[in-house]
Amino acid sequence: MSAESFKPIFMRIASSPSQLAVVRAVIEKVCELTGFDAKAAGRIMLSVDEALTNVIRHAYDGADDQPIEVEVATITDSPARSLRICLRDYGRVADPATIKSRDLANVRPGGLGVHIITECMDQVTYTPAEGGGTLLTMVKKLPSEKETRKT
Amino acid sequence: MNAQVPNASVKSVRWVDRAAIVYATGDIDLEHSTQFQQALLKLLDENPSYIVVNLKEVPYMDSSGVASLVKLLSRVRKSGAALRLVELNERVRSLFEITRLDSVFEIFGTEQEAIS
Repeated sequence: MSAESFKPIFMRIASSPSQLAVVRAVIEKVCELTGFDAKAAGRIMLSVDEALTNVIRHAYDGADDQPIEVEVATITDSPARSLRICLRDYGRVADPATIKSRDLANVRPGGLGVHIITECMDQVTYTPAEGGGTLLTMVKKLPSEKETRKT
Repeated sequence: MNAQVPNASVKSVRWVDRAAIVYATGDIDLEHSTQFQQALLKLLDENPSYIVVNLKEVPYMDSSGVASLVKLLSRVRKSGAALRLVELNERVRSLFEITRLDSVFEIFGTEQEAIS
């Protein structure tokens, strides 16, 4: 399957940690189908996992029965061919300006998720969603055909 | 010594003198990191001279798993002991590199290297 023929996937999951492995499996398969190598796929999967973890912990305060919508699509009709993953929650909205990576020199547990996401993805955007909650959009440039042939 | 720590994330613990070798298992993510951390911290009750965490059977770890290890590292250092990680697969090692923690933890290729 090429990135061009990939059809968008839409999942609606509960905010339960038990759902993370399921989403990771989907993301890993999508990455494989769209030509990412194993290392890049791992980083994309990790970013989605960290973003979902933040939603569960911070937007929903650990509640495990709240909705999260996940959309995975490829953008192939522009020069910047990319994989786009959107997470939409209906929980507490954080001011996007406060969502920042922390100083990694301070070795302490926690607070690494935002750093991981921004390090691994090309573009990350937090937007207050219409009707409440947050829409997080993460974009990763698709590998070129030459890169895909190598793997 | 035989600490009662095995659970869904820690398959077993082997003692070599005062060194505890912990065999972790499964994905260490938000679902499993709490019990992973509890099992690791419980080992400190046995006053090990060092703890070796073998991650050979951990295919995936996220930042919550790393946080468990950072907390253990802090407690281990306070007790005067040492913590070593071994047999990280490429994906788990990459997480330590992304978070710059590969220079904070003592990471070894094999268990033998870690305990020699």
